[in-house]
Amino acid sequence: MKLLTLSASPHIRDTMTTQKIMLCVIAALLPAAVAAIVHFGWRALLLMVFCVLVSMATEGLCRIAMKREQTIFDGSAAVTGLLLAMNLPVTLPLWEAALGCIFAVAVVKQMFGGLGQNFANPAIAARIVLMVSVSADMTHWILPRTAVQDFSYDAVSSATPLVERFPIQSLIWGSTGGCLGETCAIALLFGGCFLMFLGVISPATPLSYLGTVAVCTLLYTGGSAYETVYQLLSGGLLLGAFFMATDYVTTPVTARGKIVFGIGCGVLTFLIRAFGSFPEGVSFSILLMNLLTPYIDRFTLTSPLGALKGGEE
Amino acid sequence: MRRLHGIHLPHTKQTTDMPFVHPPLPEQVILPMVMHMGLACEPTVRAGQTVHVGDLIGHNDAVFSADIHASVSGTVKAITDYRLASGVICKAVVLTPDGAQTPSPDIAPPVYSGREEFLSAIRKSGAVGMGGAGFPVHVKLSTQQAIEYLIVNAAECEPYITADDRTMQEKRDLIRDGIRRIMEVLEIPSCIIGVESNKPRAIALMEEAAAGDDSIRVRALPPVYPQGAEKILIFHTTGRIVPEGHIPADQGVLVMNVSTVAFLEEYFTTGMPLVERSLTVDGDAIGRPCSVTVPVGTPLGHILQYAQCDFDAVDRLISGGPMMGVCQRDFEQAVTKTTNAILAMKEAPERRTCACIRCGRCIRVCPMHLMPTELEKAYLRGDLDRLDRLHISLCMLCGCCSYVCPSNRPLAQTNGLAKAVIRRNKEVQV
Repeated sequence: MKLLTLSASPHIRDTMTTQKIMLCVIAALLPAAVAAIVHFGWRALLLMVFCVLVSMATEGLCRIAMKREQTIFDGSAAVTGLLLAMNLPVTLPLWEAALGCIFAVAVVKQMFGGLGQNFANPAIAARIVLMVSVSADMTHWILPRTAVQDFSYDAVSSATPLVERFPIQSLIWGSTGGCLGETCAIALLFGGCFLMFLGVISPATPLSYLGTVAVCTLLYTGGSAYETVYQLLSGGLLLGAFFMATDYVTTPVTARGKIVFGIGCGVLTFLIRAFGSFPEGVSFSILLMNLLTPYIDRFTLTSPLGALKGGEE
Repeated sequence: MRRLHGIHLPHTKQTTDMPFVHPPLPEQVILPMVMHMGLACEPTVRAGQTVHVGDLIGHNDAVFSADIHASVSGTVKAITDYRLASGVICKAVVLTPDGAQTPSPDIAPPVYSGREEFLSAIRKSGAVGMGGAGFPVHVKLSTQQAIEYLIVNAAECEPYITADDRTMQEKRDLIRDGIRRIMEVLEIPSCIIGVESNKPRAIALMEEAAAGDDSIRVRALPPVYPQGAEKILIFHTTGRIVPEGHIPADQGVLVMNVSTVAFLEEYFTTGMPLVERSLTVDGDAIGRPCSVTVPVGTPLGHILQYAQCDFDAVDRLISGGPMMGVCQRDFEQAVTKTTNAILAMKEAPERRTCACIRCGRCIRVCPMHLMPTELEKAYLRGDLDRLDRLHISLCMLCGCCSYVCPSNRPLAQTNGLAKAVIRRNKEVQV
């Protein structure tokens, strides 16, 4: 007779899987990716595809070397690669991009145990490593071709909106200098809303992060709405708030923890932008808060229904 | 009022319009001596003996037990060993029906005056909570605490199951009279009937039952699983919280399943003990989903045959709902007093289990506001202190965490294991 399966309850499962979550994040990054190609040309596409492939290859090789279950297609390496590419200037030499991907996946992620175990967001850690190792290449910004009238030049050097003023309109559509994925505010907002709508990310982090930056800027500038909007739309803030400060692995698990994390990121970003020697502070603040996540988790445990404190029983 | 978390499940309640039908009697019925929470009964009959419907066949002198009665008339074929779904082996009485279903000559509506006689009458009925846990009713009702609210649990939040829904649709008056009887004898001032809003007809009928009686109210609750879990229902109907290690009576609340109430009233009007069970037969391997009423002890296979089950396609046979039901070993297992559904499921595509990505979904859905992912990590580390500090004892194994986990981690199962380890550890210390 046929044997029946015995399994523990529940016997049905939701349709959402880790792989689907990763695909959702990639889908949410697509508008920004398209914007990057429009603004910076085909090399942007090349850089993104290259980073994704190198990250996946690194993941695959690491798993083979460590004789662990193959996770190359779980989507997490692809997300890391794409996110890192979004954080690079379009002119970055490919070998440097490859170095970043290898560092992100092999050192930050796999050396700590792979998916779910990394202490910091791999893409952010890699971006910072590249920033300090090849600073010149990492801060070589060109004006997007959509902002150049005279086509007789190959490229026109530029600065990011945090150094040089651009009209707000350019910030919204993305025709400013900057990393691949950070310039087009409207594409990032669209992607972020898509993820929140699907329930992939919780609005707690981006709202508290952006809200804190807005409040700090308002207070610092004595209530300048223009400056506040300018700060929110420029640099890597939207990319960071929607796609990197919401990384599950390296941010707190509870809603309260996420709010604390977002506020911390916001304060740090504001402080670095206003008083630091770097024009941009998004990656540093997220990295710092990543390191604080275990402590935030410890102090933001949920309080269960009907729980008694020790000794009350 | 604040709402607790939970999950939205596909209801798939296909049998809500199907009245209970009586399939033909099986060739034999198997009555395990454990169908309740508490001590096992000892068979009080011998092989070869003739029995009538309602004759006592299993009894234990201990209070925390529930009598077992013959569900068919016929002869005792054998007293055998029977393996329960939990793996524990107990005795079982196997009866061969004669087809006549002659009721026992001793059956008569119980006469009682006062609370003690009421409770001992209930004890003789073999009544247990029919929602699934099987808590002996006479034990539950014997509380010494002053009860303010009788909460009738008619939430029925698991997918597929419509046994309580059908009972409400078919036994409105019995439920009304049962509620009044319990309230009168136990001196309970008010009653709330909690029904999920996905059962509009049952709600309308319950409102009819409560009409003209201010002490009985019907509450339509959002269909969010696990609405029917005792502590959740208490919170959503009265706002009261049952603290860790306490029982609802400590908060002045008594929760009874609606089918149990209907049975009690039937017992007090006819005197027939708990020998029948009404349940839902469904699942994707079932050709004809239906609601059936069968003698307790009917083999599951017999009912599945009646429901045109595709036996070759069955991968899992579940007694109860898909969220908290228990997988059965084979088709010979018997319907017990607590079987509210049997589901025959085809093979589902296997899902890959991967590492926890800390997405926090399990925390967001836990109705008790526990942290399943942290509990799992503590269990895997063997950190019993942390399990305690995270209040593992509050977990009611509803399965929401496992259901939503995108990494397919067996969180509820781990919690079950952790609770067992903690219990064992405390026993050793004592």
